[in-house]
Amino acid sequence: MDLTRLKRVTDTEWHIPPSGAMRVPGIVYADADLIADMDDKVSQQVCNVAALPGIVKASFAMPDAHWGYGFPIGGVAAFDPDAGGVVSAGGVGFDISCGVRAMTTGLNAADIEAVKESLARSLFAKVPVGIGSTGELRLSDREMDAMLAGGARWALQQGYGEERDLLRMEEGGCMAGADPACVSARARKRQRKEMGTLGSGNHYLEVQVVAEIYDEATAAAFGLNQDAVVVSIHCGSRGLGHQIGTEFLAEMVAQAPVLGIALPDRELACAPLDSELGQRYLGAMRAGINCALANRQIIGHLTREVFAQFFPAARLELLFDVSHNTCKQETHRINGARKALFVHRKGATRAFGPGAPSLPEDLRTWGQPVLIGGSMGTASYVLVGTRDSETHAFASACHGAGRQMSRHQARKRWGGRAVRDELAERGIIVRSPSPRGVAEEAPGAYKDVSAVVEAGEKAGLAGRVARLRPVVCIKG
Amino acid sequence: MANAHGVADHWEHFPHIADIGVRGVGKSKQAACALIAAVAEIDHIAPRTKVHIRCSAANDEALLVQWLNALVFEMATRGMLFCRFQVQIEGNSLEADAFGEPIDTQKHEVGAEAKGATYTELCVRRLDDGRWLAQCVVDV
Repeated sequence: MDLTRLKRVTDTEWHIPPSGAMRVPGIVYADADLIADMDDKVSQQVCNVAALPGIVKASFAMPDAHWGYGFPIGGVAAFDPDAGGVVSAGGVGFDISCGVRAMTTGLNAADIEAVKESLARSLFAKVPVGIGSTGELRLSDREMDAMLAGGARWALQQGYGEERDLLRMEEGGCMAGADPACVSARARKRQRKEMGTLGSGNHYLEVQVVAEIYDEATAAAFGLNQDAVVVSIHCGSRGLGHQIGTEFLAEMVAQAPVLGIALPDRELACAPLDSELGQRYLGAMRAGINCALANRQIIGHLTREVFAQFFPAARLELLFDVSHNTCKQETHRINGARKALFVHRKGATRAFGPGAPSLPEDLRTWGQPVLIGGSMGTASYVLVGTRDSETHAFASACHGAGRQMSRHQARKRWGGRAVRDELAERGIIVRSPSPRGVAEEAPGAYKDVSAVVEAGEKAGLAGRVARLRPVVCIKG
Repeated sequence: MANAHGVADHWEHFPHIADIGVRGVGKSKQAACALIAAVAEIDHIAPRTKVHIRCSAANDEALLVQWLNALVFEMATRGMLFCRFQVQIEGNSLEADAFGEPIDTQKHEVGAEAKGATYTELCVRRLDDGRWLAQCVVDV
């Protein structure tokens, strides 16, 4: 990134002063190396977001930010409904409520060593993954409505999971304000066979082992100890979310001139929060969030069934479930006053600090678990929201390593089978229907996730609790 | 088909760090080929089944996005991949027959599924030699 426009405020905070149409500054959280490696398009996109109506405080980019569409991936922006604020379909993205859930197992690395090959095989057989894969559920229109309104609560009523799971999810597993009537017939059709499917691309199910602990007390509160086995699931709202994003993006692009919104980039298509279109998108997008919560709940249940075959006494407890592509109404302190804002996080994770009222009681002392996805060969992280996180980017942190190489480049450089074999030599079992998908997702195509989380910690966005190393990866 | 300058109509991918850029030069089927090739090996797909697709939009660029998104929808809901296209455009409306077959993960060497066509790097324009260029980034 060209640093000439940026003012370095601390080792990990860079400001872009407002210019042109920008209503607020841009703020990028990254260390010198990460920011030097960021695409110039990130700063351009940060500035474009800063020009949207009703934006509050700043347009933010997280340490894993990279060139997205409209918003940078790793972008955070909040809008004031009382100041002409907007909701942007592009600011949420196609994979509405894509996120990560992690489950502790009560097992240690040694417990699974002897069975990890067959565990991988069973998980791969049980959890639908990859292009064209379908789940067992077929929802009628009425059932689809109930799922879109109920999220993980609906999944629970269908027998997927346990009541206590809901406490460990954002929104208690059910996003309020979802309006299934705003979800089109095409979006419903796209989801018909996809409930309980993992998807493809960077989505995965991993069996992981705690490799390092940074914060003993918080790790203990989260149920993490050295060598503990954890299962992480990364996926979203599947075809339904993709179709909602597709349809509303097109409608918002077409309506922008009518609504009097000058778009610096069509992909930033948005609508005023108080407009009919804005409200309709919020109703559909929240239904998409519920679809993602239900989807991850089902996959979590399938995972438990597989573990029960190998370890009948093991209890898989949900550590937490986070979404990193959302727009949520939240209350934040602006100029000393509490204010309801609509916070867009596009490839960014909510990171509420200790004391946040929405956290379950047993986590409130510690702060919200923040789950950072890995990339098959590299680490994943469990972080925690800090007391300071609210003062930075509306209590937000990074979401993953972030790509440093395109899929095309990755495929030219690596072969899927070679990547799989190389990881196997390192003790990581990869099971995927798609060698090409594995090549495109080669660990080398991603930035150094450790550098990303360290920069986030230094910036005060979220503190490190534990590093997880992959043992089994089910990949689309 | 080669143009007057001897350069054949073609499709290609252009880099985008997280996703993939699809570009067609020549007829509108070229961008569709680029979309399919972003997902699978297009040469491995057989044109066994025909699917009729219609879409319309306010302008050429929006029509490209609609066309590619219509293909994404048909691929997702039918569980198919396409390899050949017959496309007719009149004004801002497009009608097409897409030919393909059910997804076979191994045979088609599939990668990541396409979530949707975006407005990023979206461009539909005539080149100096009179042919059309159509491109955008697809979210995968």
